[in-house]
Amino acid sequence: MIHIVKKPMTHKWLGLCAALAFACTPEKPQEKPQAPAAGGSIILATTTSTQDSGLLDVVVPLFTKQTGIEVKVIAVGSGAALKMGASGDADVVLSHAPAAEKKLVDSGDLVEGKLVMHNDFVLVGPPADPAGVKASADLDAAMVAIAKSGGFASRGDDSGTHKKELELWSKAGVDPKTVAHREETGQGMGATLHVADEKGLYTLTDRGTYLAQKKTLAGLAVVSEGAPTLLNVYQVYLVSPEKHAKVKAAPGRSFIAFIVSPDVQKIIGEFKKADYGQSLFVADAGKDLATLGLR
Amino acid sequence: MGEIWRDPAVADIAVRTFLVSGVATVFAMLLGVPLGYALGRGRFRGQTMIFAAVNTGMGMPPVVVGLIVWLLLVRSGPFGGLELVYTKTAMVLAQLLIALPIVVGFTAASIQALPPRLPDLLDMLGAGKLERIWLIARQARLGLLAGVMAAFGGIVSEVGASMTVGGNLQGQTRVLTTAIVTETSRGNVDRALALGVVLLLLAFVLNLGLTLLQQKPAKP
Repeated sequence: MIHIVKKPMTHKWLGLCAALAFACTPEKPQEKPQAPAAGGSIILATTTSTQDSGLLDVVVPLFTKQTGIEVKVIAVGSGAALKMGASGDADVVLSHAPAAEKKLVDSGDLVEGKLVMHNDFVLVGPPADPAGVKASADLDAAMVAIAKSGGFASRGDDSGTHKKELELWSKAGVDPKTVAHREETGQGMGATLHVADEKGLYTLTDRGTYLAQKKTLAGLAVVSEGAPTLLNVYQVYLVSPEKHAKVKAAPGRSFIAFIVSPDVQKIIGEFKKADYGQSLFVADAGKDLATLGLR
Repeated sequence: MGEIWRDPAVADIAVRTFLVSGVATVFAMLLGVPLGYALGRGRFRGQTMIFAAVNTGMGMPPVVVGLIVWLLLVRSGPFGGLELVYTKTAMVLAQLLIALPIVVGFTAASIQALPPRLPDLLDMLGAGKLERIWLIARQARLGLLAGVMAAFGGIVSEVGASMTVGGNLQGQTRVLTTAIVTETSRGNVDRALALGVVLLLLAFVLNLGLTLLQQKPAKP
C-alpha cells in the first residue's frame, strides 16, 4: 500500500538519492586499480560455501586489480544462484550442483561451463555414533542407518549441499520425509552445523566449512567420508548472452578465464593449507567430470 | 575481540552503515513529515483507510520491502536498466520505504495530539504560513523526533532488505547487520558480537543527540 503512495516519486528522488548517497561516501580513489582499466562491473552469483570459506575474498580483489572490472559477488544457495542465471540476473554463475546446472546448460541459459575445483562432502555426527554409521558397509547403508535411528539436520534451503543430501537419500532408497527427527534449518552450512552440534544430530557438510568451524563444534566428528558421490564439484558458467541480452559477456568471459588460469588455480589449491594442514579445495581446471570419477 | 577496534574495514563498514541509514532517514523525513502533516491535519475521504495503511506499513517486514525493491531493480525487472541493484542507492531506497510509514505515522499522530485550533490561533497572532508550520512542528517535536529515532533505529538494525537489495558486497554494500550475518555463518562469533557492539554504540550516539534535541525545554 505504501508503494502506491511512493511509486510516482521513485523516479524523481532516485537521482537525488544516488547523488547524495555517493557524494557522502568516501570512495577512496587510492584503492582503484591502476592497471588496464577495462572498467565496468559484473554480477557473480555463487553459493554461500565459496563465500564462507573466504576464497572469493582472496580471488576477486585480485581480478579487479588486474582488469579494473568490479565483481558483485552475490552469495546465495546454489538453487537461487542458478535461478539468477536462468533469469539473466547474473553474468557469471559459480555453483556446485552439477545435476541442476546440467538442466540450465541443456536449456541454453548457461554456456561455456568450466570445471574450477572440488572439495568433498563429509557426514558428521555425534562422536559416539548412536546410529552406527561408521560400521556401515557403504554410504547407502550409512544413510539407511541414520534414517532408522533418526536425527538429521538438513539445510532445507535448496543449496548445493541440500540437493546433495536429497540425492544421497534417494540413492539409498529412503524417503527423507520418513526420517525421524530430520530437521530443516533453512540456513547456511555454519548455522546448520551448530544446530547439529547442539542437538546431537547427523548432518552433511562440505569439508571446508566443517574444518573452518571445527574448533567450535565439539559435539561433531566425521563419521563417513571418501565415497565418490561425496565429491563437491564447483563449475563456472557464463550466462548466455544470446538468451539474455543484458549479460556482460566480455567481462564475464575474462572472469572465467581468470579463475581457471594457472596462477589462480595455484592460489585455490593452496588456499588455507597452512591453517588446516590440508587444502580446502583441489584445483581442477582443464579436467572434466569423468576424470573425477563422476559420470 | 580486541583487534576489531583497530580494523580499518570495521570503521569503513560502520561509516557506510551510518551513511546509508542516515541518508534514508533524511529522505524519509523530507517526504514523511509533510505527508504526515497532511494526514494528521486534513479532513478528506479515505483518510481512515490511509491511516490504517500507514499503520500497517509501520509493521511491514523489511525483508518483504527488500524483496519488492529487488524485484523492481533486478536486471530482469521493470527498472533493471538503471543498474541500481546491489548498490548503496538501492539500499537507501529500500530503507526509505521502510522508514517512510514510520515517520508519516508518528508525524500524523503527534500533529493530531496538538490542540485542533492551534493553526487558527497562530493565524490570529499574525504568523505567516511558513512560520505557522515551523511553530507547529516545534510544538509536535516530541512525536516527530520519536518518529525519526524509530525510523533510524528500524532501518539501521534491519538485515533482510539490506542483504537482498545490497547483496552484502565486501567494501561496497556490506553494512554492520549483514557483516554480522556473514561473520556468524563463518563461525567468527566473537567478531560478529563485536560488530553488534559497534552497531549499538552507533545507534546510541545518534539517539543521544536526537534525544537531547527532543528533550530541550521549549521556549515560549
